[in-house]
Amino acid sequence: MKAGAHSHQFEPFKPQPWRDRRLEIILGTLLRTGVLLSGAVVLAGACIYLFRHAHEPADYRIFRGEPSEFRTIPGIYWSVVNGRGRGLIQLGLLLLIATPIARVALSIVGFGIERDYLYVTFTVIVLAILLYSLLGSGLAL
Amino acid sequence: MTILTFTVLVAIVSFVAGLLGSLTGLGGGVVLVPLLTIFFHVDIRYAIGASLVSVIATSSGAAAAYVKEGFSNIRIGMFLEIATTLGALLGAFIATWIPTSVIATIFGAVLLYSAYLSRQARPLAQRNLPPDPVATRLRLNGSFPDLEGQRSYNVQHVPTGFSLMFGAGALSGLLGIGSGAVKVLAMDQAMRIPFKVSTTTSNFMIGVTAAASAGVYLGRGYIDPGLAMPVMLGVLAGSLTGTRILVKAQTTSLRLVFSIVILVLGLQMLYKGLWGHI
Repeated sequence: MKAGAHSHQFEPFKPQPWRDRRLEIILGTLLRTGVLLSGAVVLAGACIYLFRHAHEPADYRIFRGEPSEFRTIPGIYWSVVNGRGRGLIQLGLLLLIATPIARVALSIVGFGIERDYLYVTFTVIVLAILLYSLLGSGLAL
Repeated sequence: MTILTFTVLVAIVSFVAGLLGSLTGLGGGVVLVPLLTIFFHVDIRYAIGASLVSVIATSSGAAAAYVKEGFSNIRIGMFLEIATTLGALLGAFIATWIPTSVIATIFGAVLLYSAYLSRQARPLAQRNLPPDPVATRLRLNGSFPDLEGQRSYNVQHVPTGFSLMFGAGALSGLLGIGSGAVKVLAMDQAMRIPFKVSTTTSNFMIGVTAAASAGVYLGRGYIDPGLAMPVMLGVLAGSLTGTRILVKAQTTSLRLVFSIVILVLGLQMLYKGLWGHI
């Protein structure tokens, strides 16, 4: 490792930089794959939705809130099974939201391998907050 | 307007927003909500839900490219995410009960502040700052590749930065944006993290932060598939195109144009919010 250039400076704590780096590359690839996958699912849903509803009027002036088939996990599941385009779009968006959450979950493993238990704790806290937001807001019902 | 026309127009506008956002580094999400509410007459709650989804897409899509450069610091990111995700949860819950005119007013103020900030010079790169005991104990200090080899840096004022990031998360959850402006305050100015490290690290954080509030928005029925679809696909395609054609020479004038757009949209949102036209 090249730290000699600034040896007069305070030497910061560097926990196995190559492992950090490798972990980051794995996490970056995971994020990209998740986004492309969710983009593909959204696009597929868009085709079905536009094929069926292209000539209906679009109106988003008044906020009504989505029906449960588009805002709960069981609802989205059933609308996908029934071949609904908008259900497929919501599934893609759900995958998109799950992507950074999967990144956080994988980071727990990464910090665990490095035996950095302080950061395992921090990451578990972040994951708990994310899961609370996902499951505590009525999405699971 | 038919659904087909609406979808195509929203996708084009989102593409341009994503392209300009990534070329200028100012983020596309911040202009989407005002564009959707002012020109497409979309209720601000639907607009925020769709924008939030596009923020996750751009952040995650750009991550692989940023990671290769080796500037990001996952410890700083993970530690500050505790603050931003808690803030985002709070912001999303506040958004469900405060009047939309208040949301629009706050949005206008944030846009004006972003326009102001985009015209400011970057804070000077830190050199030889003494190690801060809190940052050292939390292992936040690191190094990044520079022209002269690895350059190390010492993170400063951790509690101030952490509190500001809580605010950044709350704004992100309330307005459906990436909150780049507050991030600059917290990471660049308070914590004195080098510019390249803070930019790439915050890109990682933006996706996680937006995911924390997106769950609440989806569960509350604020994310409409017909609207979120063209916004997400458009912004994602635009920002991915932007990272490929990044030409350094032209970004200065582009940045000026984009900050004027942000300023004008900010004034419009402020007007609409204060006079209750939303």
